[in-house]
Amino acid sequence: MSAPSPTILKLPDQSTATLPKKNFINAEHGLLSWLLTGDHKRIAILYLISITFFFFIGGAFAGLIRLELLTPQGDLVSSDTYNKLFTMHGIIMVFLFLVPSVPATLGNFLIPMMIGARDLAFPKINLLSWYLYIAAGTLMLTAMALGGVDTGWTFTTPLSTHYLNTHVLTTAVAVFIAGFSSIFTGLNFIVTIHRMRCPGMTWFRMPLFVWAHYAASILMVLGTPVLAITLVLVALERVFGIGVFDPSKGGDPLLFQHLFWFYSHPAVYIMILPGMAVISEVVSTFSRKRVFGYTAVAFSSVAIALFGFFVWEHHMFIMGVSNYSALVFSLLTMLVAVPSAIKIFNWCFTLQQGSITFETPMLYAFGFMGLFTIGGLTGVFLGSLGMDIQLTETYFIVAHFHFVMVGGMLMAFLSGIHFWWPKMTGRMYPESLSKLAAVVTFIGFNLTFMPQFILGYLGMPRRYHAYPQEFQVLNVLSTAGATVLGVGYLLPVLYLAWSLKYGAIAGDNPWQATGLEWQTQSPPLTENFTEIPIMDHEAYDYEWLEHKTQHEVTHVG
Amino acid sequence: MGISPVLWQFLVKWLNASALFPSEASTIAPYMDALYFFLLAITFVGVLLVAILLVVFSVRYRKAVHPVATQIEGSTLLEATWTIIPLGLFLICFVWGALLYFRIYNPPVNSMNIYIVGKQWMWKAEHPGGQHEINALHVPTGQPIQLTMISQDVFHSFSIPAFRIKREVIPGRYSTVWFQATTPGEYHLFCTQYCGTNHSAMIGTITVLTPEDYKKWTEQSTSGMSLAQNGERLFASMGCNACHSGNAAARGPSLAGVYGSKLLLTNGSQVLVNDAYLRDAILNPSQHVTSGYTPIMPTYQGQISEDGLIDLVEYLKNLSSNDRVQQTLTTSQSDQAAPSASGVVKP
Repeated sequence: MSAPSPTILKLPDQSTATLPKKNFINAEHGLLSWLLTGDHKRIAILYLISITFFFFIGGAFAGLIRLELLTPQGDLVSSDTYNKLFTMHGIIMVFLFLVPSVPATLGNFLIPMMIGARDLAFPKINLLSWYLYIAAGTLMLTAMALGGVDTGWTFTTPLSTHYLNTHVLTTAVAVFIAGFSSIFTGLNFIVTIHRMRCPGMTWFRMPLFVWAHYAASILMVLGTPVLAITLVLVALERVFGIGVFDPSKGGDPLLFQHLFWFYSHPAVYIMILPGMAVISEVVSTFSRKRVFGYTAVAFSSVAIALFGFFVWEHHMFIMGVSNYSALVFSLLTMLVAVPSAIKIFNWCFTLQQGSITFETPMLYAFGFMGLFTIGGLTGVFLGSLGMDIQLTETYFIVAHFHFVMVGGMLMAFLSGIHFWWPKMTGRMYPESLSKLAAVVTFIGFNLTFMPQFILGYLGMPRRYHAYPQEFQVLNVLSTAGATVLGVGYLLPVLYLAWSLKYGAIAGDNPWQATGLEWQTQSPPLTENFTEIPIMDHEAYDYEWLEHKTQHEVTHVG
Repeated sequence: MGISPVLWQFLVKWLNASALFPSEASTIAPYMDALYFFLLAITFVGVLLVAILLVVFSVRYRKAVHPVATQIEGSTLLEATWTIIPLGLFLICFVWGALLYFRIYNPPVNSMNIYIVGKQWMWKAEHPGGQHEINALHVPTGQPIQLTMISQDVFHSFSIPAFRIKREVIPGRYSTVWFQATTPGEYHLFCTQYCGTNHSAMIGTITVLTPEDYKKWTEQSTSGMSLAQNGERLFASMGCNACHSGNAAARGPSLAGVYGSKLLLTNGSQVLVNDAYLRDAILNPSQHVTSGYTPIMPTYQGQISEDGLIDLVEYLKNLSSNDRVQQTLTTSQSDQAAPSASGVVKP
């Protein structure tokens, strides 16, 4: 026998294989059948198209920002335009891309399939959530077309309430609506996971993907209303001058930041937990092994969600909060770092004794683990009170959250998209081109954001249109990296679009993965399963899968 | 190499002029850098460990050499290890960081006070001797300096990277930070909190001088009136002295020696009189009525600038007796003329 193949990919014979005659994509035809659908898979596709659109708009703004920062002088755009660029980059990327990215696309598509259900608990609310997202996006685009907004994504008062004449209200309404879209998604997931698991699917047989989404959903449902309240107060203050945040009327401008970060810190976990969800599935599948310490990984998601609510003040250490409350929040911040460390090491040890292959999703997952480790550990710098004084509000913090959000979350998103692409479309992406894209993204990312850590310790403030001469070399490196990174992001769009028509037929389970979603046809039927499956084994049970495959072979053969 | 000598020269010059690590110019900087290197070390070890695990496992257990995976549930011992060791390290970072934080945000008692007012988009510095500076700050070495800062409009943040200090400058509230400069030279001052259009132009230069040079500088740049003197004029021109005259029958309490004392208010609470209290009591008097007095003082909200408030605070800080207050009062009552000093008050 020759050496075992370096891939686990098992495709059907391409000369005879066809896509299944009936599936959710061709079940109905016409635009209306998509726009009025209740099918979680179709809504996921709608979301995927819309968030990709907004990702590239936000990305274009980032490109312009990096281009401006190529030279120390503010010479490409005016200061006001620059302020609008980073504001709209932030708002679009956070509220219209990162928050819905994995949950609304992969989560929407996969959660019902993973727990053996035919759909989410509330299909119409699911569709409504997409329409709210589109309404928010349209309002955001309107605000941009009318001249944009320059509050920074943090809407800091009293700047946003009393000093700016841009489209703050329109943007606030857009974010308010986007918030409801994410509340509905979270609500749907919580109810579905509680009520619609198939027979035998106990809590501890669920894939870790579902666990992490459950934790993120709790954050969405409990955190987002606070954002909504805060934005309403900003709007009331701006329009009627009620003065809750206005010191000259006895209000407290710091109160805004407490409220804002009470949502926006948990929001960080809303963004990263679904990314961790993807990594658990991918690492397990490509090492043919159960995730090391399943329970620890599951509970660490819940722990992150819980602790995540009690660390918001670490965004405000230099803002004249009481030194003793700073002490408490710093300690809690250190505690929230621990579950993330647990996850990283558990994934590493999932590889041990495995049988590892290196397809594109796995490469992205490796990228995630490296970059998220750096992102997480630099978070400890910022949680450490004294260090935070030097680093906060500088490029260090910009680099830190891009390592978590882009290096972590976006890598996980791309990993997941490649991993489940054959399930969603029935076709494979081109393997070598996508491996190239993963490597290019990794290199481009590091080149873009590593220099920013150094800039941050030098003291270069964030949101600066012009900067002192001596920071130029590092900024040039960063801009060069951003160019490479841009190529890394464009490639998948091109080859994934190509694969829709020309990709190899994937078959039901090309990765030989254990999840229930892989035990049905690709692309799935509208009802997901011909009959509701019965979960009679643990999650990630590769022996069960092998047994089942052999059984099928003997029966068919 | 085909690179042109001109281009080569340019590159060398460009790289030489660029910075990779900030200069250490305050007593706190070495402490900050020590913690920074400790945290960097943790990060390098952590990332290296993850990288080694990924690479070693990938090589040893790749499908070609290890075709069949061995199923392992987990290991409580291993998991406890990588829970407890990071937790321990993070707790060290917590304690170390907290010590540094308390050091930076608790000024020593003998420090010299300089007031900073931030506004869109400039920094005003006011020395007690009456020196005013815009987007600049001159300070001596070897002397702890406390900055009492306030914003006239939006949030700003006062950052001197070479000193490793930074503090938010907040509308309607004094915030403080302190430093002791060690090396004469010129350093960057940045506003690090996004504050509108010209945020990136809200920068300045910190000039650190030797104590002798600083003395020379203060003598050359004085405006002729100290902050307390300005405050005294304001105290008279705004009519504060009419009630706060120090007479036994006066409608307001005597303010001589009030700074630093503990006051009992009509609502029963006890307060320490500091800069923030004085400022608040001028702007919202009804919230701060000294026990034994009636709440008749009108608010001065909107009638006096932050600079004027600083003058008044500085004046009250140094007020030890009411003799001059009463003198001024008699003079102004005798000729009924409005005090001409009001024109001197800077906007």
